[in-house]
This record gives sequence, C-alpha cells and structure tokens, in this order.
Amino acid sequence: MKHTISVLVENEFGVLTRVAGLFSGRGFNIESLSVAPTLDPSVSRMTIVTRGDDRILEQINKQLNKLIDTIKVTDFTGQDYVEREMALVKVAAEEETRAEVLRIVDIFRAKVVDVTPRSYTLEVTGVPTKLDAVIDLLKPMGIKELVRSGPIVIGRGQ
Amino acid sequence: MKKTGSQILLECLQQEGVDTVFGYPGGTVINIYHDIADYPIHHILTRHEQAAVHAADGYARTTGKVGVAIATSGPGATNTVTGIATAYMDSVPMVIITGQVPTPLIGNDAFQEVDIIGITRSITKHNYLVQDIKDLSRIVKQAFYIARTGRPGPVLIDLPKDIQVASAKFEYPEKVELRGYKPTYSGNARQMEKAARMILASRKPVLYVGGGATGADASEDLLAFAEMTQAPVTTTLMGMASFPQRHPQALGMLGMHGTYYANMAVTNSDLLIAVGARFDDRVTGKIASFAPHAKIIHIDIDPTSIKKNVRVDLPIVGDLKDVLNKLGVALGERPEELAAMVDGSAAWRTEIDDWKSSHPMGYQASDSIIKPQYVIEQLRELTADDAIITTEVGQHQMWTAQFFSFSQPRTFLTSGGLGTMGYGLPAAVGAQAAFPERQVIDISGDGSFQMNSQELATLVQYKLPVKIAILNNNYLGMVRQWQEMFFDRRYSETTMELPIDFVKLAEAYGATGLRATRPEEVGEVIRKALATPGPVLMEFKVDREENVMPMVPAGAAINEMVLAS
Repeated sequence: MKHTISVLVENEFGVLTRVAGLFSGRGFNIESLSVAPTLDPSVSRMTIVTRGDDRILEQINKQLNKLIDTIKVTDFTGQDYVEREMALVKVAAEEETRAEVLRIVDIFRAKVVDVTPRSYTLEVTGVPTKLDAVIDLLKPMGIKELVRSGPIVIGRGQ
Repeated sequence: MKKTGSQILLECLQQEGVDTVFGYPGGTVINIYHDIADYPIHHILTRHEQAAVHAADGYARTTGKVGVAIATSGPGATNTVTGIATAYMDSVPMVIITGQVPTPLIGNDAFQEVDIIGITRSITKHNYLVQDIKDLSRIVKQAFYIARTGRPGPVLIDLPKDIQVASAKFEYPEKVELRGYKPTYSGNARQMEKAARMILASRKPVLYVGGGATGADASEDLLAFAEMTQAPVTTTLMGMASFPQRHPQALGMLGMHGTYYANMAVTNSDLLIAVGARFDDRVTGKIASFAPHAKIIHIDIDPTSIKKNVRVDLPIVGDLKDVLNKLGVALGERPEELAAMVDGSAAWRTEIDDWKSSHPMGYQASDSIIKPQYVIEQLRELTADDAIITTEVGQHQMWTAQFFSFSQPRTFLTSGGLGTMGYGLPAAVGAQAAFPERQVIDISGDGSFQMNSQELATLVQYKLPVKIAILNNNYLGMVRQWQEMFFDRRYSETTMELPIDFVKLAEAYGATGLRATRPEEVGEVIRKALATPGPVLMEFKVDREENVMPMVPAGAAINEMVLAS
C-alpha cells in the first residue's frame, strides 16, 4: 500500500543521504522524495512516498525516528490532508494541435509558461492523479520532456 | 585563551573522563599526536587501525565506558571500518576520531582522502564531519552523549587537518541539545501492567536474554527477576555473561549451536520474555517454527528491534533495569498470584530438568588427543572468576560459549553480530589496558589468530600480560564443519596447509610461547602460562575434525537439531 510520509529533519550536512541510504540499505522503496527548508531555516521537511505492508511501514517509521537528525515523522495515510504535485511538461504544439493543447490547459487550469513556434511548456499543479490524467491527454500530441516534483502534503485543519 | 583544534579535541576528551585511547598516527592527525603528550591521556599504539578500534571496543565492553580510537585519513580511516561495524552490530559505545584532508581539498581526491562519513554512515549510530572549529566542542560532547545513551553504539568524528590547526576559544558545553534524539528509558506503565498479567497467567515461561542486559548493566535486576518468577533463562552469545551460567535456572545458549534443552524450552514455552535481544537469525532458525506456542513479550531500548523479525504480542520500549525492576514490583504486589504461577510451572521445570538430563552438554573425552572443549574446561578451572575472556570467530568461539560457564557480566568479549575474525586479540589489548591486574585471555583459532597477530607487538611493548590460547586444528574449522556436514566433505580452501610454529611466532615478538600436544599437558601449560609474567601464547594441538554440536542446520527449526553422534 502507498504511504505518504512527512519527515522533519535537521537542516544539516548529509541528512538527505542518511535518509536515502536508510531506505536503500534496508531494501525499502522510495517512489518520490522532495526536500526543502521550512519556515525555520534550521529544519527541512522531506515528503516521501513509499510502499509496503504494515510491518514494513512500522519499520520505516521507527528507523526514520532512530536517525539522530530526525525531529518528527508523520505518516499521512488515513489522515485528512491536502496533497499537491507540480509537473512541467514540454509538449509538441504543431499547427493542428496547438488549439487542443490550450483547451487541455484550460480544462485543467494549467498554465503556459514558455512558448516556441513548435512547443508549449505547461505548468500543471494538482493531486498526482490529476497530473497523470493531463499527461495521458497530452501524450498523443508528443511530450518532449516531463519533470514532476513529487507530491508534497499538509494536514487539513488547525 | 585560544586553543588549537587539536588541543580543543584533547580538552574535550579530558572533560569526558577519557584516560586511555587507542590509535595509529598519520599525516592528518599529526597535530593531535603532537599535542597528546601534554595531556594525561594514555595512548596505546596498536599495529593496525582495525586493532585500535577493536581495542577501544574491548575497553568499552569491559568498563562500560566509551572507548576512543584515533586514525589518520584515507587508508587509516578505511582500516577502522571492520572495527566500527563490529561495534555497531554489538551496540558498543565508542567514539572514533579520523583525520581528514584540509577542508579546501575535500572532494578533490587529495592524497589519503576518502569519504569516511559516506563509508561509515550505515555502520555508525551517527557521524560528523567538522566543518568549523566553532562546532568542535559541541560535536565531541554530542558524540560521547549519543555513543553511551539509549542503545549504545559507535560515533565517528571526521576532523579535517586545517581545523586541528585553526584556533578558537575553548568552552565545553554543559548540556547536549538534540531535539531529534530522546531515548525512552521508562517503560510504559500500561504495557508493564499487561506484561505482569501475561507472566502471572503463564505456566511455561522462558526468559531469553541478549546483549542488552550487559549494555544496561542489568545483570542483578535480571537475576532477581528470574529468581522471583523461577523462569528458566536462556542467553544469546551476547548475553552469556549477564546471567550466571552455573545457576540452576540457566539453560545456556539457544539457537544454532544452543543447548538441546534451551531450544526445546523455547519451542515448547507458552511465554517468551525477550530481554534486550533482537531475534537474530542464528537464534531463531526458521522463523515460522520459532516459539510456536508462546506469546512474546519483547523488552528493548531500541524500538526498531521490536517486530523486526518476529511477531510480538507485547512490546515494551525502555531501559532494562527500569523495566525489570518495575515488573518485579508489579509481581511482588500480587504474592498469591505469583505463588500460583510459580507452583503452576513446577511441571514445566521438571520437563526442562528431564531435557537437561537426557541431553546434557558434553563431548567425547579422550586421553590420547586434546579435545578443544577440554581446553576450554581447563581454562575455566584454572582461571579466576573475574577473568576476562575474548574470542575470535569460529568453532573455538562456540566452544567457549558452550563450555566456559561465565559467571560475571562484562567478562565475555566476542564479536556476535558481525562475526569478526581477528577481534579477540586486539579486544584483549583494550580489556587488559582497562584492567591491568585482571586475567585477560584470548581464546583463538589458528585461522582467526592470523588475522591480527601483529598485535603481539602491542602486548609486548605495553607489557600487557594477555594470555592467548590457540586451539590449533590447522583448519578454518567452522567452515570445514559445514563442508563436512553439507558439502560432501569437500574441504575447499579450509585447510591451513602451512603449519605455523606459533611458539616461535610469539618468541619473535618477545612474548613467551608454550605448546601442548597431549591432553595431560593441557593443565600444565595453562598453569605455567598464568604464572608467567607478560604476554604468553599457548598453542594447543587439538583434534582436527572435532565438530561444534548440537547444530541447527541453516533454515531448520531450532528443535530440529543435529546432535552429537
């Protein structure tokens, strides 16, 4: 089962490799990972999407907590949270498809962030399944390049 | 007044109460070595950096204090790796200080540069690269704190040369502030109440004790708890010395080379209380058949050890001393129920006694050839109760665990988790440095001994009177045993074809060498060795194809032992 885990870590030298090394060394899987400092610059937040059964998730949680640099681990699975991911998509836009690309942009409230005579670069934000849907629709047009940020999450309410 | 980085490091060691360090100099630690003479810190020069780390490990395991080792960058640092991994697997508190090339050169493939932080990340509890002299004293303070608290372990500090030379004001922080590191010491009251009820309801309890009992210095608490419940006690290799092995409740070791009665007791128990143990595969054998009828209570300081390998009915995270004491109090408050439980398990104790008498530990004695087990028994007879025994890894290690009957905690130093050949001799260096007056004996095999035999020089130089007992069968005996039992007796690369004259080897280093080739010489050689001042190497020419029995084949259930023929 898929789990989205949010990890607060000390913003220290080498902390990313500690976390990544823990996953690879113990055979846990990372589907995506995003990291950036929080409001407090001494703390970074990692959002990790992983898969595993209950036993594996319990170990992931405990092993992350065991790292000295880990301040807090939250598994959002089963909780009420907002999830967003961003994709930047460079899609071919020939004369006959330009209008269709823009229609898709409109429907999904995406943005065109760069234009050339033969391509559009789109910025799409939403839950990962929305991004999947946009990408599926754009595929027939010819996707030249795709960059996804990996999801980030935040708990709902106070 | 300002001090240099190397002086600050040494000031910090002094503040931490470090009296002895083990190490090996080199280009990037030359400043530390220059300054160390000004401090009341005894430095022991080993002949290899791996040995320095094992010696610090031996010092830590015998004293319970944090062991300290120093090595230079590059090859010095990589040589520490096996020693660090050994300590990590067995939860030994240590601080390892490595030199590093100057910060502007880091990442440039400089001479003797290696990314030791990257290399040791998965074998240390934590590690630090010092990037600013202002951080140095805080880092050293944290390193010692992390090494000795919670589940102990090795911490490495990588100290670039330019930081050793730079200067700053020295102030040792009073407190450690680590918001991400807060070990749980006190057991959860509700969990302990549940545990007490499970214990009182049990009729076939077994205590399964691991190295954590030593780490927590909980031997006395364990003994009191065991006697209160009258539960039989089996120990892992790492837990052997934490419970007196001649106690009537002692079952000896369990697992692959465990006693028949320990493995039968675990398999038939209705309640297994794991105390500072981690259900290693050498203990459990086939997981699905491990303690199949038992509820499991798992007490451990490290939450990651719990439910890692086996299902657990009741986890208790906490310090063993605290948890065992509180459990004892909880049971003591219900004297009638406790008496009912103790009476109710009388049949269980009889069953175990029957297993003990039907399948006692033993071996085929001989008056024509030296049996290795006989050497161990003789060593036990002739040494003091508080003698410190170290071992290497292999058959001699298992025979020591099976036949030595340890009676005092912190007297058995062996590489349990990593299984490091070459551990015992340098560990004995550390133990003897910590306790100059006590008997320290390295029980070794001829294969393992050659992995760190250069440390004979360290013994002689520092007049460390370690006695070495080599059980020489001219084989890598444990692998040979597997080849005999599971690989059609094809002794591929396990015969040590070149017979080493170990007596002459000892003499070449200036130590005393003795040899026994017949059983009647064994006692005599041991007595002579113990009476001889300084280091003595004893070589025992033992029965070449003796096997360690019983044995649970890999992948089998622990009650499916192969017994001695």
